[in-house]
Amino acid sequence: MVPAIEPESSGTDVLAAADIGRALTRIAHEILERNKGATDLVLLGIPTRGLPLAHRLAAKIAEVEPGVEAARIAGSLDVTMYRDDLHRHPTRTIEETQLPDGVADLDDRVVVLVDDVLFSGRTIRAALDALGELGRPRAVQLAVLVDRGHRELPIRADFVGKNLPTAVGEQVRVRLVETDGTDSVRIEGGRR
Amino acid sequence: MRHLLSAADLDRATAIELLDIASRMAATQGREIKKLPTLRGRTVVNLFFEDSTRTRISFETAAKRLSADVINFSAKGSSVSKGESLKDTALTLQAMGADAVVIRHQASGAPHRLAHAGWLGSAVINAGDGTHQHPTQALLDAFTLRRHLVGDADNPDGVGRDLAGRTVAIVGDVLHSRVARSNVQLLHTLGARVTLVAPPTLVPVGVEGWTCDASYHLDEVIETEKPDAIMMLRVQRERMGGEGGGPGTGTGFFPSPLEYTRSYGLDARRLAMLPEHAIVMHPGPMNRGLEISADAADSPRAVIVEQVANGVAVRMAVLYRLLAGEREAWA
Repeated sequence: MVPAIEPESSGTDVLAAADIGRALTRIAHEILERNKGATDLVLLGIPTRGLPLAHRLAAKIAEVEPGVEAARIAGSLDVTMYRDDLHRHPTRTIEETQLPDGVADLDDRVVVLVDDVLFSGRTIRAALDALGELGRPRAVQLAVLVDRGHRELPIRADFVGKNLPTAVGEQVRVRLVETDGTDSVRIEGGRR
Repeated sequence: MRHLLSAADLDRATAIELLDIASRMAATQGREIKKLPTLRGRTVVNLFFEDSTRTRISFETAAKRLSADVINFSAKGSSVSKGESLKDTALTLQAMGADAVVIRHQASGAPHRLAHAGWLGSAVINAGDGTHQHPTQALLDAFTLRRHLVGDADNPDGVGRDLAGRTVAIVGDVLHSRVARSNVQLLHTLGARVTLVAPPTLVPVGVEGWTCDASYHLDEVIETEKPDAIMMLRVQRERMGGEGGGPGTGTGFFPSPLEYTRSYGLDARRLAMLPEHAIVMHPGPMNRGLEISADAADSPRAVIVEQVANGVAVRMAVLYRLLAGEREAWA
């Protein structure tokens, strides 16, 4: 989401691979705890990096919860066509929207949206609109790896990997093995 | 990409990108709620100087599914029948604030003129001009070909791939066909091999310079090339001159309809000669009994109705690509 052109050296690592793993394990347990199990649960990752996170959370949930298959609770939700800032950026690529195996619509499901960074909240607003056309979930929750503040809409996360106070000018860069070959979260750029 | 005027303007990467967007758009069209808010507040004008059913409806559906406002303009019943020029029509549209103009015109090059004359600030999409180009038809044909010939169980639409190594025969009235011209260019860009088949009178002058082969013999092409797809073209009698409009007019290009059908029509016998996996395409409207028999048109291998459905997805992709991004400064 964030155009990162700063050189590697200017950033600070805030989460390493092990930290990300621990945060996801905790979120997986929190999701189960909050929803009293995995009944009707659907995890929808928002491409690009929310998608691998959703699959990792689903795998962790499948490990601890008997009778749950990761492929049957994790899917993807593309929000590009619902964004309110399309005309401010070059044309964005549309990614796939794919409900988990065996899930036909989202009626009466508990949907957990999964994204890497929560910033302005506009992506999540678009995601809520996109969800509306796939059914009427019983509840929608939000899990993010990093909450960096500076919300522009009344949106908050239910499950947060790490709260990261940042300056507006800084960039939070999440890298994941599936998309970037390595797991890390860095803060780059900005004038402190 | 500011306009879509010709299939030749599309490089391989852009063509694949458009087909991939179309695949995403097609996925949304299987839902109960098909409408997306993407182009809310944008205005698309359908400017049709020539008759059309499927292309106009297809563009209208595509724009409406993306929540754009659609204004339909057809030459009949407008000021054009009072003698208004293309320029004045364009200036009127500009004054109304159209974001995109979809134009079909009987004169080759009219969309190019509209896009580059400085009359309009909007994006121009060519929906067929004379015997020149019909790029969205080529895109929907490529989309249909990719889905049937390249897609597999994991990737049913063949997202991200081209048509390398596939062979397509385009048969019939090539001379008058903008569909053939656009397809030859786009399919070649995507790596497919195209063979044109037509009677000598309906092969355009200069076809040697096109990126395809040409033949006069349909049976021979089916036997030797074993095409993965055969695309039948409509015999465009309205462009062939002759008097009146009834059957039998405009056949100066071949001795008789019956003889044309015997040499170049797709019937049950030729259908059986095609490879097992080959698909039958037609851009419509069909002249049943002339270039295609009912056996072929209604066979399970015909994807003619699917082409129409894919047309909506492809046109949604084109509108998205041209209108959803940053507004470039108008020259």
